[in-house]
Amino acid sequence: MSVEAREARQPWILLSPALAAVLFLLIIPLMFIVVYSFWLRSAIGADTVGFYLDNWQKALSDRFYRDILLNTLKIAAITTIVCGLMGYPAAYFIARSKGNKLILLLLLMLPFWISYIIRTMSWINILGTSGALNTLLMSLGIINQPIQMLYNEATVILGLVHFLLPFMVLNVYVSLEGIDTNLEAAANSLGATRWQAFTQVTLPLSLPGLAAGGLLCFVLGAGTYITPIILGGPRDAMFANLVYEAIITQLNWPLGSALSLLLLIVLGILVAIYNRYLGLSQLAKGLG
Amino acid sequence: MGWQAIRIWTVLVYGFMFLPVAVVVLLSFNANQFGSFPMTGLSLRWFGELWNNDAVMRAFRTSLVLGLMTAVISTTLGILASLALVRYNVPWRNTISTLLIAPILVPEVVLAVALLLFLNWLGIGKSFALLLAGHVIFTLPFVILVVQARLVSIKRDVEEAALSLGASPVQTFFAVTLPLMLPAVAAGALFAFTISFDDITGTLFWKPGGVETVPTQIFSMLRNSISPEINALGTVMIVLTVGLPLLGAAVARKLAMKGGT
Repeated sequence: MSVEAREARQPWILLSPALAAVLFLLIIPLMFIVVYSFWLRSAIGADTVGFYLDNWQKALSDRFYRDILLNTLKIAAITTIVCGLMGYPAAYFIARSKGNKLILLLLLMLPFWISYIIRTMSWINILGTSGALNTLLMSLGIINQPIQMLYNEATVILGLVHFLLPFMVLNVYVSLEGIDTNLEAAANSLGATRWQAFTQVTLPLSLPGLAAGGLLCFVLGAGTYITPIILGGPRDAMFANLVYEAIITQLNWPLGSALSLLLLIVLGILVAIYNRYLGLSQLAKGLG
Repeated sequence: MGWQAIRIWTVLVYGFMFLPVAVVVLLSFNANQFGSFPMTGLSLRWFGELWNNDAVMRAFRTSLVLGLMTAVISTTLGILASLALVRYNVPWRNTISTLLIAPILVPEVVLAVALLLFLNWLGIGKSFALLLAGHVIFTLPFVILVVQARLVSIKRDVEEAALSLGASPVQTFFAVTLPLMLPAVAAGALFAFTISFDDITGTLFWKPGGVETVPTQIFSMLRNSISPEINALGTVMIVLTVGLPLLGAAVARKLAMKGGT
């Protein structure tokens, strides 16, 4: 074999194990559930192979599924907006601070290393009937009986914001860090107030980071089922909970396939719109 | 004045991120038998209870083995792929890069369902093998992103020097490239281990009945109610997943300083 041919083959040898893993553990399984979603699960529990539209019809026209899908998108949207409002000023502070930037960044990375389930359940210690807040309010004499503050939609959103905020801060920080500070100084010297310089120079330039953080928050928020189980009440199920129910509890795998594909399509459209205007490379910046 | 407001806001945001976690750690040392406020004193009894809790210890062993195996496999696949992407002119490089990070672009629930149903159809039901396959595919993109970022900074000249002095490509890899890559390898492996150790979303779909990892163990304990034992378990996990990387970074820095002098 010639040297050139060997040189050309080498990268493929290096890539093949990883590509094979992605192919056999992601791409083909995804195609498989597309096929599976047209099968039927009969009452006795065996799958009927064929081309039936029943699962899709149920997923798309059943009011129950539609309401929960819309509610899931609403919760993800509120979570994203709250993350943006809370995270942007903090990211701005980190980007512009001089002395303690390193320690602030290190602290910001810390939540990524702390288990999601621990961060989620930590709110039970704060808001539960015997939690920190109730104890405080009772010892101050403001209330006599502990109030149940947990297990509603607000605590689900709270848990999601707590989980996703670091993604937002990090992405906004990365884009703010890339902006030349001289631009703001130039705007100031041309007569703009600090606020004007911010809204007309810095904010527009940092929008890609805000959008990247927002996309991550939305997609990760809309795909969760653990937070509603731990911090939500019986009526706060999100769409991924329906998938979990169908697959694990009801063992209706064809229906579960259709439901998870529906979630993938809805979120995929969002990612595609984002990719069309901003490109996925912005996301990689925040992750790296 | 504006700057002062932003400063206060930032302090509040950091407080929001860390106070609940700090309360978990604080309550795990609580002597009060209900594990709630008010704290009646400091005690290590809940850590002792954990040590004697067979289910928890079993979950720990499962998580450790799973995390280590995931780290080894994922890092190996990730390094090979990163080498190809950074070192060679691969055709369709963008498509391949996107394909390799695709597992994090797909919502984890969907990935979990697809993998479970496909492997089950092939005859591999809920098992440790399925769990391992799931953790590998889910951690692979993170490893590739981390390793690739580090790999770019290693200059090709050193390798070319070794090659021109008569080393074979394999010798060059083990004598020159790999030692230079070691920080990237360690970072990738640590990342894969931590993600695997913390994962619950996919794990709940893939784990066989009766097998628990630490997060799913916490999850099933939460069904009853929050107990001081859960807080203690949370504290142990925080120490493991935050302490280990910090320790790793410190050791790496020390080694680098030794190497430099």
